[in-house]
Amino acid sequence: MPSTLPETELHNPQTTKTPLDPHLKALENEAIHIFREVAAEFEKPVMLYSVGKDSSVLLHLARKAFYPGRVPFPLLHVNTGWKFSEMIAFRNDIVKKYDLDFIEHINPRGAAENVTPFTHGSALFTDIMKTEGLRQALDAHGFDAAFGGARRDEEASRAKERIYSFRTPDHRWDPRNQRPELWNVYNGMIRKGESVRAFPLSNWTEVDIWRYIQVEDIPLVPLYYAKERPYVERDGMMILAEDPRLELLPGETVKHGSIRFRTLGDFPLTGAIPSQATNLEEVIAELEIATVSERQGRAIDRDQSGSMEKKKREGYF
Amino acid sequence: MTVSAIAQNTGAQNTGVQAAAEATTGSVTTFPAVETARVPRDTRPLRLITCGSVDDGKSTLIGRLLWDTKAVKEDQAATLRRDSGKQNDLGLPDFALLLDGLQAEREQGITIDVAYRYFATDKRSFIVADTPGHEQYTRNMATGASTADLAILLVDARTGLLEQTRRHATIASLMGIKQFVLAVNKFDLVGYDRARFDQISHEFRELALSLGVRQITAIPMSALKGENVVYDGKASMPWYDGQTLVEVLELATVRSAQTVGFRLPVQRVSRPGESFRGYQGTVAGGSVKPGDSVVILPSGMVANVTKIVTFDLVRNAAVAGDAITLVLDRQVDVSRGDMIVSLESQPQTGLAFDAQLVALQSDGIQPGKRYWLKSGSRRQRVSVQPSSLLDLKSGKWNHHTDGLSMNAIGKVHLTFDEQAVFDPYEQNRTTGAFILIDPDTNNTVAGGMITAKRSSLGGIHTEDARVILSLPADLADQLMSTELFATRREEAEIRRVPAGKAIEIFDAIDG
Repeated sequence: MPSTLPETELHNPQTTKTPLDPHLKALENEAIHIFREVAAEFEKPVMLYSVGKDSSVLLHLARKAFYPGRVPFPLLHVNTGWKFSEMIAFRNDIVKKYDLDFIEHINPRGAAENVTPFTHGSALFTDIMKTEGLRQALDAHGFDAAFGGARRDEEASRAKERIYSFRTPDHRWDPRNQRPELWNVYNGMIRKGESVRAFPLSNWTEVDIWRYIQVEDIPLVPLYYAKERPYVERDGMMILAEDPRLELLPGETVKHGSIRFRTLGDFPLTGAIPSQATNLEEVIAELEIATVSERQGRAIDRDQSGSMEKKKREGYF
Repeated sequence: MTVSAIAQNTGAQNTGVQAAAEATTGSVTTFPAVETARVPRDTRPLRLITCGSVDDGKSTLIGRLLWDTKAVKEDQAATLRRDSGKQNDLGLPDFALLLDGLQAEREQGITIDVAYRYFATDKRSFIVADTPGHEQYTRNMATGASTADLAILLVDARTGLLEQTRRHATIASLMGIKQFVLAVNKFDLVGYDRARFDQISHEFRELALSLGVRQITAIPMSALKGENVVYDGKASMPWYDGQTLVEVLELATVRSAQTVGFRLPVQRVSRPGESFRGYQGTVAGGSVKPGDSVVILPSGMVANVTKIVTFDLVRNAAVAGDAITLVLDRQVDVSRGDMIVSLESQPQTGLAFDAQLVALQSDGIQPGKRYWLKSGSRRQRVSVQPSSLLDLKSGKWNHHTDGLSMNAIGKVHLTFDEQAVFDPYEQNRTTGAFILIDPDTNNTVAGGMITAKRSSLGGIHTEDARVILSLPADLADQLMSTELFATRREEAEIRRVPAGKAIEIFDAIDG
């Protein structure tokens, strides 16, 4: 009995786009394969969605992997309460536009104990609101697999990360106790309470992400593009000065300039760069001559060498 | 890979070896010009593995590749300089720190796992599996080699080939790598002596030939000084006319499985509505187009392809590597773990197969134990019986029916409860590969490669199989005096050997 889905329904309207080059095509195929494998092998997967560029690519690939069906798992946004306001607005639009199941979680300790990046410092704040928040959400829903947008080229400790990253029931990552991964055969067997973080973008680099966004015309939070914005210089970082909760320290003044963000997170912990790149072509051109890595604007990576590895052991991505 | 690409690549890639071969006869070598225009360059990401011990300068080589292709950003370099505290006389940081990301490794000064590195030139991007060199990490090397298209074997120009070089070459070749680069490093420390290079590359060629490897390039280099890695080393080595390492990598080919029949291991069945049923998976071999007749294995049902659906468009063809959704023209029972294959060229289906294994965990592989086997999207129970063990020192297979300990490479018989579907690994690196999972721990305990199907009697299943009997001489004489034997005497080959020799011959066959 032939299927009778009309041809028009099987046609995405955006077919006029440039075909992917072999390099991006290979990366896309690999990511789709991973999405399908995890969705088939695990009982209750979830996709971690941080609203940033990598998450946007991850979501796009998930939609491709399960087309013409819906994305068969919810998106989870672990909100810290200190995200850029533009991120939240963008997030809400995307969820509506693509008909996604969506879960937001904010660690209640944040409000109860008044945990802020200013009072608790970036390390403790991140630990409570992100790492603990993520663990709370995963436990509450009993997810046994979580897709993340981590890439191996981001930071030294991630270079050894598996596609399927095995976690104990208390979400710990033990670099000495990860399963070998050969070919593209993934071992998804786990006991109750254990879980796997799956990283379809493992082999992508920052340039790949941007080129893919360009070719696929993936919508992004406007903060990635340069615009005249108010900012404060603090600890060698340019902090966006929009949120009333940002209190100026003695000697600080709000400046205005054309700035953009290479990564997005909590506004007090995410530094902008001066830039004139107002569209994708310009961002990519700027990136290809950039001599500074993308995570340089992240306060949390610089607490100490090896800090990311410590966070991962505790269950952060 | 097209035939012309093979021809062009061997032409381009054997320059070092030719130089070595001809140097021994004292002739002057002229290198064939590399014409890239005739063959469309393979621009897919190349996956490669680097083998060699810490002492050979492996970290320095990878660091140099990242550094000279601008893959190291300024702030990472600053962290490096801060962490290494000292710089070498070239003003470069200690590259090893760039590569050994985990604190435990920094503390122990060893590389304990496979790390993946990324760099790119304007022609192509590269994924490097950086694996540790010690013997106790053979399993990590096998892991890195499983996805690699090319292996860089690093040797120190002062010491030349070591036992370890043979070990690494053997493992890489076993895992299906066909393209090798011999990086003769620290060449500055032997005074850029051409004769030394010729000697080492000639030695390696002998080794490679014994392994059946034909695509070899040998390159004299100094990773520390950046000579013949990304930039050429003409200033120090005017006699070397061959390619730099990066040039070889740019021209190398990605293995693709398009030469065998169509293979689609089904990952999931997509049923978004009553009207649509599609089978989702990644093409693991050959190609497919609407109208093709296919068979669903292991059930053997036949159907025709009506559509190849992707998010962007309904396609008129798909090739190996493509992640697709396939729609068939009739209701057939297909589920995850089945394989959809071409009618005319099918994989083998059966209950018993022979394979080679690498044991990955400290418990090793126990004879007769039942494991989970996962290949493609299929998981099934299997019992495993070792038959021989590879001696990495000599490259020989020895008779061995006990367990396989961690890092051991052995040949095994696999016996399944239900029909299994495989191609030989030699023909298809996806449908011929599998992992074993220990049901007690859920850990991945082995990686394996199918060599052949066995009949239920333990024989090899081919149309023109031969049986080799080893009999006591008196029994053989009685059998040969029968009438039936006499009528077909010319079809039989007979050798009389001492009993010990017969055992050796059988072990060699098992191995």
